[in-house]
Amino acid sequence: MNAVLESVETLPAASPKISVKNLNFFYGGFQGLKDINLDILERRITAFIGPSGCGKSTLLRTLNRMYDLYPGQRAEGEIIMNGKNILDKSQDVNLLRAKVGMVFQKPTPFPMSIYDNIAFGVKLYENLSKAEMDERVEWALNKAAIWGEAKDKLKQSGLSLSGGQQQRLCIARAVAVKPEVVLLDEPTSALDPISTAKIEELLHELKHDYTIAIVTHNMQQAARVSDFTAYMYLGDLVEYGVTDELFIKPKKKETEDYITGRFG
Amino acid sequence: MSLTEASPISGNSPKEKYVSTEEQQRQIAARLVRQRFQDAAFRKVTLSFALLVLLLLGAIIGSLVWGSYPIFEKFGFGFLTSRDWNPVTNEYGAANAIYGTVVTSFIALLIAFPVSFGIAIFLTELCPAWLKRPLGTAVELLAAIPSIIYGMWGLFVFAPLFADYVQPFLTKNFGDIPLIGQLFQGAPMGIGMLTAGIILAVMVIPFIASVMRDVFEIVPPVLKESAYGLGATTWEVVRNIVLPYTKAGVVGGTMLGLGRALGETMAVTFVIGNTPKIAASLFEPGASIASTIANEFAEAGEGGHIAALIGVGLVLFLITFVVLALAKVMLMQLSKREGART
Amino acid sequence: MSTAISPLYRKRLFINRLALTLALAAMAVGMIFLLWILTVLVIKGIGGLNLAVFTQMTPSPGSPGGLLNAIFGSFVMVLLGALIATPIGILAGIYLAEFGRRGWVAPTTRFVNDILLSAPSIIIGLFVYTIYVAQVKHFSAWAGAMALAIIAIPVIVRTTETMLLLVPASLREAAAALGAPEWKVVSYVALRAVRAGVITGVLLAVARISGETAPLLFTSLNNQFWSSDLNAPMANLPVVIYQFAMSPFENWVQLAWAGAMLITFSVLAINIITRVVFRQRTE
Repeated sequence: MNAVLESVETLPAASPKISVKNLNFFYGGFQGLKDINLDILERRITAFIGPSGCGKSTLLRTLNRMYDLYPGQRAEGEIIMNGKNILDKSQDVNLLRAKVGMVFQKPTPFPMSIYDNIAFGVKLYENLSKAEMDERVEWALNKAAIWGEAKDKLKQSGLSLSGGQQQRLCIARAVAVKPEVVLLDEPTSALDPISTAKIEELLHELKHDYTIAIVTHNMQQAARVSDFTAYMYLGDLVEYGVTDELFIKPKKKETEDYITGRFG
Repeated sequence: MSLTEASPISGNSPKEKYVSTEEQQRQIAARLVRQRFQDAAFRKVTLSFALLVLLLLGAIIGSLVWGSYPIFEKFGFGFLTSRDWNPVTNEYGAANAIYGTVVTSFIALLIAFPVSFGIAIFLTELCPAWLKRPLGTAVELLAAIPSIIYGMWGLFVFAPLFADYVQPFLTKNFGDIPLIGQLFQGAPMGIGMLTAGIILAVMVIPFIASVMRDVFEIVPPVLKESAYGLGATTWEVVRNIVLPYTKAGVVGGTMLGLGRALGETMAVTFVIGNTPKIAASLFEPGASIASTIANEFAEAGEGGHIAALIGVGLVLFLITFVVLALAKVMLMQLSKREGART
Repeated sequence: MSTAISPLYRKRLFINRLALTLALAAMAVGMIFLLWILTVLVIKGIGGLNLAVFTQMTPSPGSPGGLLNAIFGSFVMVLLGALIATPIGILAGIYLAEFGRRGWVAPTTRFVNDILLSAPSIIIGLFVYTIYVAQVKHFSAWAGAMALAIIAIPVIVRTTETMLLLVPASLREAAAALGAPEWKVVSYVALRAVRAGVITGVLLAVARISGETAPLLFTSLNNQFWSSDLNAPMANLPVVIYQFAMSPFENWVQLAWAGAMLITFSVLAINIITRVVFRQRTE
């Protein structure tokens, strides 16, 4: 069943950036995702919510083939991006990940200076002069709304920043390589409310340039931040639609139960 | 009251259930006193055995100093720098032995470091899951082989092959390069400093590789995934993320290997040639401190000779102590950092 | 981003492939050496392995003989060494694990212990020589056992401490909640819970001292004949191997190889069995 996306009156028309078709995922013998079909639209924020173990992180990690690192995990089906099926053997995984960035739940600054953290990803795929790199680093840190706090500390270790700042550094690192899609796996669950608010603000800005998919435990966050929300349960995609509509008038009872806190 | 019921820990029998309350109180009080005493005794006993370990170290150093005193009294610090080692005339200088120990260990580390590094990377990044355990065990088996076996294999199998194929190859291709060429001159005898260094390397590889592997596995997967997420290749992740993260551990593991190499006796004794001399070429025979002690102790006469051997033993112990202490400090730094993170 | 076939990317892929191939090669090198040594041992040792090895004493050059006195001597000294080292090691390990949180004794002991673990074994032999053999003016099996014990102690201390630290707090708390005194919590509950791991540690220490030659060179020396006198020099496999292998006599060299094969495969067997049977990893 294809996810039907209606009434996008408040937003200009958007086309699908990533189309997930008949996706099934297995951890060894256990099936983590069951026949998922949905489209993630370009330059929109799509949130994935659901109780623990529902498969939302699993789904996110198929989008950049992160599961490839672990033998025993496999995906079947199709994920079409830019006309190609990224699950296909012929898809170069490194190149895919250069276009699809990821930010994790726990901030993961590399053991290097702030400058080098940003430069690391850029250096992989582009040959920039020092001046160009400086510019790119500043640009990325600005995009992540952390330039002001970081500009005097560029040579200091990334670990010298606070938790919220570290996470913004990771976001800066992800956008520095100019990806097309940014995946965020519970990016604020380890942060305090103020840092969380800053990052949510950031996401609103970023969506003008990038397609964003965010997994979150926090329903209020999904409601605040996203344009589209998908509710998942035990590996199934239960409902997917425009955020406001899903939260105010969910089509399925299970969704309503989850949202109103009747369980999970 | 439950305290007088039968319980496996207190060992009471159900018979005591019907004792009066005052009697119960007295029994409990008595038992608590007894337990406090037992606990204190337990603590004291285990403490004394822990102190025994410390005492051991002190005793070792003390005895070595005491046993070698006559030699240091006679030669002073010249003992360390003199190259004359002559039991017949009672002239003793440790320089040759020290040179041999240091050079063979250095060669060993030069070879062992990259190989161990490669093995550690293989085991953590490349190895299929089902192979990890058997291959890891195989590496550890290399460490378990007694050193005398390495010595015998080195002397009877490796040295002849080395003399027939490798040494002529080295002399022919590198012998004419200025400076480095000096290292590869001389008759291809098979035994000598270079051979000893190579055998030591094989012995030390499993130690360094094990530490590196353990240390690489501590790197949080999220950190590596962050790098992969940017499109980095496996080597790039190892070089830019794993290595800096585990820097202290890598150095510590290497120094641990160095400490082992410095003190190794049997493997070196078989193949080093046991000739106390310092020569430019690595093909020449030499002597290490441990091999000197092993070789000469049996026939050492009274007086100077034994004291001299104990003297070089003290030097060796001090060098290894410093190296191993540094290794330990490095490894502790890494685990402290881990603790701070989690 | 049209970087699919850029020269930068191609170079990165090449370097990656090169590095990973070299890592594979390093692993192969390690395994080749292992197999080479083991194969040599079998080839050269099996010829000398016959019943006589286990029934006759070490011979004089040129005469037939066996390794019985050496095997016996090694067995005795390793056993003695282990018997001395085990209680000391376990008790010290208990102190480090249970009472090691405050004070200076535990961290210092741990530090020193790890240094002794890798200290040159020949120095241990020198130590026992200086304080014991030189004093009583004769070599003996006791001295040999002492030296072996000193080498074994740090191994046992380390594994005991590591194992005890793995006992979950909930288990200890359950015992304490029943009113058990601390010493019982440790001896009856914690130690028992990691019994397999501690035994592994002892076995690994045994494997290690079985193969040690250097510390026996000037403590137990060697004995050409049968001796069960612990106060006299006693034959042992490693020193016999050393003596025979370096000699020019063919029968001696052959016996040395047979002995080498015996020691190595016993030591490897202990290692493999302890690792397979007692799954808990000793770090």
